[in-house]
Amino acid sequence: MERTEAELIAAVLKGDAASFEPLIERYSPRVFATARRYARRESEIEDIVQEVWLKAYQKLKSFRGEAPFEHWLMRLAVRTCYDFLRSHQRNRESAFSDLSEPEDDWLERFIHQPGAARDDAEAARQLVQRVLQQLSPPARLVITLLEIEDRSVKEISKLTGWSVPLVKVRAFRARAEMRKILAKIVKEKYL
Amino acid sequence: MKLVELQEKLMAVARANPPSDRVPPTFEKRVMALISGRPVYDLWAAWAKGLWFAAAPCVAVMLLFSAWAFFLPPAQNSASVDLAQQLDSTLLAAVDQNNTDSTW
Repeated sequence: MERTEAELIAAVLKGDAASFEPLIERYSPRVFATARRYARRESEIEDIVQEVWLKAYQKLKSFRGEAPFEHWLMRLAVRTCYDFLRSHQRNRESAFSDLSEPEDDWLERFIHQPGAARDDAEAARQLVQRVLQQLSPPARLVITLLEIEDRSVKEISKLTGWSVPLVKVRAFRARAEMRKILAKIVKEKYL
Repeated sequence: MKLVELQEKLMAVARANPPSDRVPPTFEKRVMALISGRPVYDLWAAWAKGLWFAAAPCVAVMLLFSAWAFFLPPAQNSASVDLAQQLDSTLLAAVDQNNTDSTW
């Protein structure tokens, strides 16, 4: 019979480390999907997820069981991804003139016929990644959670540990930062 | 061109293409190997270890001061007597002076 989440956690806290493995199997897909929003290379993604699980194991005593384990784990995952962004923020500077040809085509198609540019095009996905990479760590985190994952300000506040007003301020700044980056792309391309 | 439209379009693209949730094979085994190889951090054990390491230098300092106090020459004692005598004579100097005057 499959043991419940609470039973597994209780067993780990009593010293049975092997009971942690089913938790890793059950929740790793969610953590991987989250990490892939912030890192591109598979090696970096694996490092992030590994760190999340090591932290989860070390801090399991602080899990009080009032909220589902998944929520607690996702808070750890989001904060670990944020730490990753902050430690790799030097890598975000790059010129837009090196847009790939498909990205260039997609942008041109969007500018002339916005309706004709497809959402599922690989070039569009790459362009999104390129823009997100240019954002500062707090801006990228807040744009991802608010605009892409469609989470509420309150949820973001719980996930990040930031206050609600701080989330709102950072969201406002993040949108402005993104528009500035897009303006730069368009300017570099057409002026 | 409106930048807001482009921004919305790019966000729609990102929403329409969620990242994969694929987990590399045997990933959980790798994490478990790391967990079992890593010592469990116990706050009390860390404190006990720190205190135990601090005990030896504390005992050494205590022994050093004990030895110093034990082997200190008794000169310290006579010095305190001298000080008392000097204080006495300083305080009583005026009285002694008066006595001498009256003799004359």
